[in-house]
Amino acid sequence: MTPDFLLQLSYLAGSVTFIIGLKQLSSPDSARKGNLLAAFGMVLAIVGTVLFHTKDNQPIGNIPWIIAAMGIGTVIGWLMAMRVKMTAMPQMVSFFNGMGGACAAIISIIEFHSHPHGSSGYLLTVFLGLIIGSVSFSGSVIAYGKLDEKIKDLSARYLTYINLGLLIATLAVLVIAVASPETFGHNAVWILLALSSLYGVLFVMPIGGADMPVVISLLNSFTGMAAAFGGFLYDNPVMLTGGILVGSAGTILTILMCNAMNRSLLNVIIGSFGGGGTSSSGARGEQVVKEISLTDTAILCAYAGKVTIVPGYGLAVAQAQHICHELEKKLEDKGVDVNYAIHPVAGRMPGHMNVLLAEADVPYPKLVEMEDINPQMNSTDVVIIVGANDVVNPAAENDPGSPIYGMPVLKVWEAKNVIVLKRSMRAGYAGIENELFFHPKTKMLFGDAKDMLGKLVGELKEL
Amino acid sequence: MSTFFIDNQDLIYIVVLSVLLGIEVISNVPAILHTPLMSGANAIHGVVIIGAIIVMGHASPDDYLALALGFLAVLLGTLNVVGGFVVTNRMLEMFKKKK
Repeated sequence: MTPDFLLQLSYLAGSVTFIIGLKQLSSPDSARKGNLLAAFGMVLAIVGTVLFHTKDNQPIGNIPWIIAAMGIGTVIGWLMAMRVKMTAMPQMVSFFNGMGGACAAIISIIEFHSHPHGSSGYLLTVFLGLIIGSVSFSGSVIAYGKLDEKIKDLSARYLTYINLGLLIATLAVLVIAVASPETFGHNAVWILLALSSLYGVLFVMPIGGADMPVVISLLNSFTGMAAAFGGFLYDNPVMLTGGILVGSAGTILTILMCNAMNRSLLNVIIGSFGGGGTSSSGARGEQVVKEISLTDTAILCAYAGKVTIVPGYGLAVAQAQHICHELEKKLEDKGVDVNYAIHPVAGRMPGHMNVLLAEADVPYPKLVEMEDINPQMNSTDVVIIVGANDVVNPAAENDPGSPIYGMPVLKVWEAKNVIVLKRSMRAGYAGIENELFFHPKTKMLFGDAKDMLGKLVGELKEL
Repeated sequence: MSTFFIDNQDLIYIVVLSVLLGIEVISNVPAILHTPLMSGANAIHGVVIIGAIIVMGHASPDDYLALALGFLAVLLGTLNVVGGFVVTNRMLEMFKKKK
């Protein structure tokens, strides 16, 4: 078996693990396996390259230095990834993404430094890798700084024009550098590096904190494309498949994220244009909560096809589990399909709600776990939230500035109606505002859980 | 144009099919997995490190600029790969089934 055969075999294996890994990452049950599989494929491809790669019949040299660099990178990367707090995950991802972008940019710089002459196709590939890598690097570093609250938003109308100008200038230099390489000579690479790095900074600068995950996802797909240009450059299939896969998947993911926030990508990118960056919080004062009467609640539930009850700590405090079970039985009598959505951390400990409801003789199959119930939310007519708060807070998904950002939550806002039963507008355990209460679908029912549920059962009897 | 297409036919096939595959693989992912998926994809584009190894591995031993930059590129690429996969794994630990 020739070295080249083994090299290509490792690349094929790498490409396949990336595809399967990414596929498995998009389902909760197999996600961890998928991540490990892709990591394994990556190791194969790296080891294959170090051992078997040849250029003009020369094997890879400078191996001690390569291993030293990989050793240092592994230790630093590992420590950073292990030590970062769960809440700081998005900026960590952004940071690592920036490192990948920088890596792609540096490859182009070295390549041009060693071989400044070549076909226009070669030059175009080198320069595009440089531009996209640099934008990804500087943009990701700014995104990291913003999420870590080291850098403030800078929103100004003129930035949009400056950015547009920078983009045009970068592309103009690119065209000239490819069409007539002698114009800029060796400086082409530095001019492009400066222009595109500046563009990356100013591109991310005005975008609001809440939209950062979208930006990170976009920059993520940029780095993928930069890696793919490296694949073109070296005719390297694993860089090509890995890079393009991330480039296209990242773009789709970016669009999905925008859809989930009900915004368009363009709106996110130039969001600062008119609004002036009020995306994150604030402006709460103008929002009003809508109250609902007991009678209306009873009617709404009685004529619903499917009702989901979301229990929280408030249910436990009020000892309302028995009356809650009674409400469920009353609704079932009226032909309503009732179940309970159990968030893993509802209450103050995992499984708290399961214990509580089991005590009230609620049949076990009616307790549905978060992963299973979230996909059903959009077919649910009424969600009744009994004393839960943080576990239904949409900020966990769409506000990176929120302390609970990244926590999986019950997506009750996808149901047709949301009724929140709580004593007051007080914040939950995490001490943060819940924008769900101001959601257009949400109606509030103020009072003690046990008391109100009892009255609700009474109303249902009247119907 | 047509000669470019024929000369690079294999590459063009890989690109087009990979783009379609990327789109196909990602569709229908639940919102709850957006962040880990982004993080996993982030680790995968760390494959750029292979380019860094190639450029470093074939740099001539007296070209100090190439060696220094190559060293940096390999280091940063490794950060991307290792950090990316480890952070993703930590995120996904939250999804382990209780009990």
